[in-house]
Amino acid sequence: MNGPHDLGGQHGLGPIAPEKDEPYFHAEWEKRALGVTLSCGAFGAWTIDESRHARESLPPTTYLSASYYEVWTRALQALLKRHGFLTQAELDAGHMLEKGTEPKRTLRAEMVADVLAKGGPCDRPIATPPRFAAGERVRTKNFNPETHTRLPRYARAKIGVVEAVQGSFVFPDDNAHGKGENPQWVYTVVFDGGDIWGDGADPTLTVSIDAWESYLERA
Amino acid sequence: MSEHHHGHDHGHDHHHHDNHFTDMEARVKALETVLTEKGLIDPAAIDAIVETYETKVGPRNGACVVAKAWSDPQFSDWLKRDATAAIASLGFAGRQGEHMRAVFNTPETHNLVVCTLCSCYPWAVLGLPPVWYKAPPYRSRAVIDPRGVLAEFGLELPVEKKIRVWDSTAELRYLVVPERPVGTEGLSEEELADLVTRDSMIGTGLALSREVAR
Repeated sequence: MNGPHDLGGQHGLGPIAPEKDEPYFHAEWEKRALGVTLSCGAFGAWTIDESRHARESLPPTTYLSASYYEVWTRALQALLKRHGFLTQAELDAGHMLEKGTEPKRTLRAEMVADVLAKGGPCDRPIATPPRFAAGERVRTKNFNPETHTRLPRYARAKIGVVEAVQGSFVFPDDNAHGKGENPQWVYTVVFDGGDIWGDGADPTLTVSIDAWESYLERA
Repeated sequence: MSEHHHGHDHGHDHHHHDNHFTDMEARVKALETVLTEKGLIDPAAIDAIVETYETKVGPRNGACVVAKAWSDPQFSDWLKRDATAAIASLGFAGRQGEHMRAVFNTPETHNLVVCTLCSCYPWAVLGLPPVWYKAPPYRSRAVIDPRGVLAEFGLELPVEKKIRVWDSTAELRYLVVPERPVGTEGLSEEELADLVTRDSMIGTGLALSREVAR
């Protein structure tokens, strides 16, 4: 999706302004937003890919002006409504009005340590061998789907070199939309800075992405 | 709030501040309340998550990994080959650290990590990311103007030093292993870890010299 999230190479977004001794949270509500988001993730109702797509689907003005936990929270509201866990009327009222969807599981305090330690590995075995090998030249595909993808715009239709075969992983472009995990090989593909940015690029720069096999063709 | 009664009247009612929620406070509170009433979330679980990332999982984990890599060539090789397993052997694994890759700075090349599409970050070794890592200015510029980005962090690299930017577009999470500062022979792993900053493991900084760390 060519959404507001696809930021690589955009100009005019201002200085970075690192903060000295930055705290983990800047407000109490951010702590709750993190915890609520992770707790709802434990329902098992949506994948990380669907939640990323919910975030990038926010209106650009919202996405670019909101703090990160605000982006998380607004996307979470959309996911909870989409999957029937609550309604807008309940959010407006600030209270439960009706029973909603039953989750596969709920996260209790005593489960937190194990769940965080386990994480959500997304490597999956596949039967087919990798199509590309380290050292091979590849061209990224040129596409502009309205759906979720992890091939950034700046790296589309560009020639690069496969540096490493990283293993086989869940394919987010399908998994974000309930079409299954459909794992594919993932490759680290390196581009010369000049091949991406053209004249004026830093002559010492190389940029790599991790690309699923279907993003690539032989160059 | 007693501090509101010091007699400087600004012409509006300070008492309202006690009940003044910003939009986000109100939004998150409503969300948490509805979900709690439905039995879908456990507020104590949220406390436990916050406590984990405030007190247990932070950049010190990554600093221990780097210090061990500096001290132990075998571990360093393992980290290069299979960072996930090598890091897990020190007890650091889990959410947003399921698939790790370590990239080593050298005299020729400096590594910098970004996620232009969201904010992928190795939580298991660095903890929760700083605001700037997740914000548009860093995400937009790290891939096109890394030297300009580094300058904003006060880091000027020699012009001949190559810059390698890793855009974390899949589920691999990157840990930069900075170069070991000179004059640190004989330091223990514990002392070496004190030289390893969070930013040096993202690539927006270098490891501290022994003098600066003091």
